Amino acid sequence: MNLQVNILEDNSVQYFKVVGEIDAFTAPVLKERLATVQSVQGLKAQLDLSEVDYMDSTGLGVFVGFYKAVTANGGHVKITGLNRRLNRLFEITGLDEIIDIEMRESEDNDGTI
Amino acid sequence: MPQVVGKQYKEILKKYLESHSEEDLYVGQQFSRRFIEKEIAPEDVISIHKTALLELHPELQDEVWDSLDFLIEMMIHYGFTLRERQSLIRKQEIIQMEMNVATKVQNTLLKTESPIVEGLDVGWISEPARQMNGDYVHFINREHESSVAVADVMGKGIPAALCMSMIKFGMDGLVGENSNPGKALSTINRIVEKSVDDSMFISMFYGKYNSENKMFSYASAGHEPAWHFSNETGTFLELDAKGLLLGVKVDSVYEERSVYMQEGDFIVMMTDGVTETRTEEGFIEMKEIQNLLLEVKEKSASQIAEHVYNNLTEAQNHRLSDDFTIVIFKKK
Repeated sequence: MNLQVNILEDNSVQYFKVVGEIDAFTAPVLKERLATVQSVQGLKAQLDLSEVDYMDSTGLGVFVGFYKAVTANGGHVKITGLNRRLNRLFEITGLDEIIDIEMRESEDNDGTI
Repeated sequence: MPQVVGKQYKEILKKYLESHSEEDLYVGQQFSRRFIEKEIAPEDVISIHKTALLELHPELQDEVWDSLDFLIEMMIHYGFTLRERQSLIRKQEIIQMEMNVATKVQNTLLKTESPIVEGLDVGWISEPARQMNGDYVHFINREHESSVAVADVMGKGIPAALCMSMIKFGMDGLVGENSNPGKALSTINRIVEKSVDDSMFISMFYGKYNSENKMFSYASAGHEPAWHFSNETGTFLELDAKGLLLGVKVDSVYEERSVYMQEGDFIVMMTDGVTETRTEEGFIEMKEIQNLLLEVKEKSASQIAEHVYNNLTEAQNHRLSDDFTIVIFKKK
């Protein structure tokens, strides 16, 4: 199992593309990459999870930590490309109310819940 | 010390060079354990060999001695790696000891007693996937009411165990109106938010059954919704209530709801180790878990919990991939 995190800067938005599964083994990789930018004042971060099919609570912990650090420095976090399962995780945990999230386009207009 | 070992080594080598026998070779193998016990580095073993050989066969050609010196150089890095490994093992032993302490804390300090309240049958199972349980169940008994907190603590070891004791003592201190699920979660959230590091968080379902009005009230801090099985209709209703994970925002508000429990109704509270059960064929569907519950709906609360546990562990080849917790409140 491995996880890739690619960083791209575009118009002052830090764009992270995450590819793979986020679990107890790979979460530290993600945490380390995100930690490199989280203390930047007024950071605008966008995390693309459209190629993440599985994430457990360890992964969620990384995003919560990142969110707290970024907002404490007056920044903003947006998470995009969530599949149904990941989206449910953000909904159940109530994180969808405080973090800006977006589902995968292909799953947006699916009639079945 | 090395001189003694060197002397013994010379004797063993001498014997073997004379006899070439399996038996003497075996003595040598046994002797190599002494090198390991005495933590003699690989390069020193070759030094000892060279010294012994020099004394036994000084007539050998220079190439032999030079090549042994060369080999000593070659082995130095093996020595470093070995020492690194030994220090890692020692570190691991320390971590293991810490884990054992945390497990003890969990098993003694955090013990909870199943509630005894009129008209309510309670059954529960909480099994860790590894040594330490990240799930936590705590019951509180008061006159006419029993409360339960089902929590999933992200993070393991001492920090998680400390966090759980915080929850426990926070809960034990809640009386009167403050023990209502919504208020209880706000209080626990404030405790957790102050004292927990940034990437550690807790999801918690808090339920309270009142035997006087037979109402089950509940609130959720980012936890898996519970299910209410209605004996009358034979269906499950999801009990979800809005609320953020504990420890993320200090002023989080937790919605509180309640349901009336009729005879034969039961409430199922779980952690994601149950709902996110992963088998070789993929994730277990909610419907499958509900079907398991239906099979034993007439049984006692403990039997219902056991039935789900047995079936879901079997589906994972008896190896839990995540901590597993299920609590059943059944109306008698």
